[in-house]
Amino acid sequence: MREKAFVHPYIPNSAPDVKAELMKAVGITDLEELYSEIPEHLRFRGELDLPEPMMAEWELRRHLEETLAKNTTCKDYLSFLGGGCWQHYVPAVVDEIVNRAEFVTAYCGGTYADLGKYQARFEFYSMLAEMLDVDAVSEPIYDWGAAAGLSIRMASRLTGRNEVLIPDNVSPERMAQIRTLCQPEIMPNSIKIILVDIDPETGGVDLEDLKAKLSDKTAAVYFEVPGYFGTVEKNASVISALAKSVGAQSVVGVDPVSLGVIAPPASYGADIICGDLQSIGMHMLCGGGQSGFIAFRDEAEYLAECPLAIYTIAETAVEGQYAYAEVLPERTSYEARDKAKDWVGTASGLWTIGAAVYMALMGPQGMREIGETILYNSNYAKQQLGEIEGVKVLYDTTFKEFVVNFDGTGKTVAEINKALEGKKIFGGLDLSADFPALGNSALYSVTEMHSKQDIDKLVSALKEVLK
Amino acid sequence: MKDVKLRKYHSASWDEPLIMEMGTKGERGIIPPKAAKEVAEKLGEAMDLLPAGMRRQKSINLPEVSQYHVLQHYLRLSQMTLGMDLGSDIGEGTCTMKYSPKMHDQVVNSSKFADLHPCQPQETLQGILEIVYGLEQYLKQISGMSKFTFQPGGGSHATYTNACLIRKYHEARGELAQRDEVITTIFSHPCDGATPATAGFKVITLMPDENGYPDLEALKAIVSERTAGIMFTNPEDTGIFNPKVAEYVKVVHDAGGLCFYDQANANGIMGIARAFDAGFDACHFNLHKTFSSPHGCEGPAAGAYGVREELAKYLPVPTVEFDGSKYYLDYDRPESIGKVRSFLGNLECVIRAYAWIRSMGAEGIKTAAQISVLNNNYMDQLLLNIKGVTRPYAEGKRRLEQARYSLGQVKEDTGVGTAEIRNRFSDFGIQGYWMSHHPWIVPEPFTPEPCETYSKEDLDYWAAALAQCVKEAYEDPEFVMNAPHAMANTKILDDSLVEDPERWACTYRAYKKKKSK
Repeated sequence: MREKAFVHPYIPNSAPDVKAELMKAVGITDLEELYSEIPEHLRFRGELDLPEPMMAEWELRRHLEETLAKNTTCKDYLSFLGGGCWQHYVPAVVDEIVNRAEFVTAYCGGTYADLGKYQARFEFYSMLAEMLDVDAVSEPIYDWGAAAGLSIRMASRLTGRNEVLIPDNVSPERMAQIRTLCQPEIMPNSIKIILVDIDPETGGVDLEDLKAKLSDKTAAVYFEVPGYFGTVEKNASVISALAKSVGAQSVVGVDPVSLGVIAPPASYGADIICGDLQSIGMHMLCGGGQSGFIAFRDEAEYLAECPLAIYTIAETAVEGQYAYAEVLPERTSYEARDKAKDWVGTASGLWTIGAAVYMALMGPQGMREIGETILYNSNYAKQQLGEIEGVKVLYDTTFKEFVVNFDGTGKTVAEINKALEGKKIFGGLDLSADFPALGNSALYSVTEMHSKQDIDKLVSALKEVLK
Repeated sequence: MKDVKLRKYHSASWDEPLIMEMGTKGERGIIPPKAAKEVAEKLGEAMDLLPAGMRRQKSINLPEVSQYHVLQHYLRLSQMTLGMDLGSDIGEGTCTMKYSPKMHDQVVNSSKFADLHPCQPQETLQGILEIVYGLEQYLKQISGMSKFTFQPGGGSHATYTNACLIRKYHEARGELAQRDEVITTIFSHPCDGATPATAGFKVITLMPDENGYPDLEALKAIVSERTAGIMFTNPEDTGIFNPKVAEYVKVVHDAGGLCFYDQANANGIMGIARAFDAGFDACHFNLHKTFSSPHGCEGPAAGAYGVREELAKYLPVPTVEFDGSKYYLDYDRPESIGKVRSFLGNLECVIRAYAWIRSMGAEGIKTAAQISVLNNNYMDQLLLNIKGVTRPYAEGKRRLEQARYSLGQVKEDTGVGTAEIRNRFSDFGIQGYWMSHHPWIVPEPFTPEPCETYSKEDLDYWAAALAQCVKEAYEDPEFVMNAPHAMANTKILDDSLVEDPERWACTYRAYKKKKSK
């Protein structure tokens, strides 16, 4: 009996008749002839050891769903995890748009054929620019850490200097990426990272230490608003001014969901701004919703040093009708290869469209309200937790996240979180390994998605756990 | 090829304003939850919870638009985007625009994945970790490598990861100060030059010999005790497989360098040839290309980066491990290069790649490769029959999954170049083609990749559309020069603004300011 041909729904020309027709047209009788250019010693003649294919869509779907069902999600449990990936509400219209087949499957198509993508992207730049109060926003990169590292490298090229000052409480994930991008010190063009002390009371930058470390070698001072510990730096203007006093750049990382209530970074002197879009319209996706951005004043030297693509609106022959074109394309690695400003590549483009829809839906009132709700909820949680015996909350002014210290409870964060898990709660991120100076502490994240009941539930669960 | 009827296509043309010009003051698109009344009363004014100098003074100048109209606006913009699902995207060579199964998207969107936080206790992430681990096992089979990371957020990010690993490897051996050169080839992706440069290396670029292969003699002449490694593709963008690739690897190995195989162009050789067998130390696959995760307007993407056993200790942390009963994250890897991306990378791409391989199996993977090469060889004949279309280099040798052609003759004869023909091309309802990475070694280039997704009818149609564009270039060059004609907008008036700070406007507020001057 003849073996049944392998015909796959994703491969139209695997159907025997058309395959034969193509083979005939190409002048081959065996598909092997297609590989005549690959010498035998490079050929893989074994069988790939892969599971048998699940050809029926339902069969595969069931397998995937059953596998993923082994997860417990932040919807199954009440979660207070944050630290760079946060649980915010994603409006239904955002999901509707980012799942449109046209956007999901577009790539680097023509500016005419994919006009809608370019317009949506331009609207993203334009709305984010309003949030940040600057005039130029780049295409996205992988995440905040990549954006921060590339921003610091921009600052280094702009100033011709190779030191960056960074407060000693940046997210370890982000810091690890920044270290990679700044390169090991053995490399001739590495950027030296100098850590600046933190004021133990406020969690803000220790200004005296900053002053002592600033010099004519400083390319940039990098700080975040809000910081990793949720702190809102009250001396942001002073820090930017100090950076500028030695000819350095003020590079600021922001969480955009805070910008309805927290001052825009340009207002306190930021020269280069970076951050992550995940909080404004992206699901957590186990860390897959991250998207870094870089923004700056519309000054030619900044655009010229930005590694990421930047687009301009352009007029067409028809009045009121626009098209889009890439600004200074010759500086990116697509054109300049190894002579480029760092590199550019496929990163997280779809999330700019998600963020555009989010900002358009929220408008000025929505951004303000969500900021207020987060301020209320997180400060309420902070107060309530602080009242539990043995529990201390650190730092006075925070947005969304805050540090909870359990030193007085005689229990480790790991023990506490394990017990909370038994009550279907994911407690805050354990900081004890990364920040030993903070003792037995955890980073709690409270957003607009938490109700008062959720917070009260956490408080009573903790009381029980700590009994 | 039987006669092809070209579509009388016209793109949706909504004449849609910018969102910043829409709506009226006070309209709402969505209302976020409010804090409980008792909470607000207890805490007083929300803004007072912030330091005085750090409160936003003026409300953000965002549009104020009702929900229906925001939806409608972005639906209209999506309609004015051809993407790949609607207009067959054979043209974007090097990108492997293959069908992304819809079922995978639905699974990725389900709460059981979408609502996961990457820092949850590992016992609550067993399902997703099982998939990550599973995909790693499959890619080990397909490449021959020993260990993978999925942390890189794109193909270029994987090549950057490799450059960091080369750095670490030589640092660990105490040779980094001496080994400061990385070699690449001109027909490899530009990131193979740009990312080692970013990682601090001096980059040497090999040009092709008369057959289109990277020049082996030139390679022998440039390797030295300064060589840190080589990073290149095979087949290169030309679609020509370099049969001597193992010799290149040996030359670099003998000089003490590491060899990285950029496998962005792997679709034609899955199950046919493996990076490991050609002697490479490391390779990467684009999960958003070869393994079917959609391109999503340039991401989210994933560069799966794999290495030989000896190099596994340098991979980014954490790695995903299995102890026989549970999956776990291993951060205890002291020789790791550190991190290149937060958390575990774009796991939505990992799920889709895993699902695609599970739907294919060994036979399906090989079939996909074979059919992609068959499709390309079939379309190659159609394209070379078009007047003025040439395919430089390696005459008489088969291309694999893609090929780089030239419209240089057409430009010479008619003045119409590849960029203009590309603008006209989409008027037939298919995506504009990829021309070439820079520099254009092949004059007036275009680089199609008719992967296994496309039917014979699609291939015939694509070639017929190109033939029509070329015919028009000869008969009515002005018409092509003024293309597009069936798109939602028309040609940019003056594209010199991209070099002019007085006129470029990267945001609407910049546009208004410059316009009012």
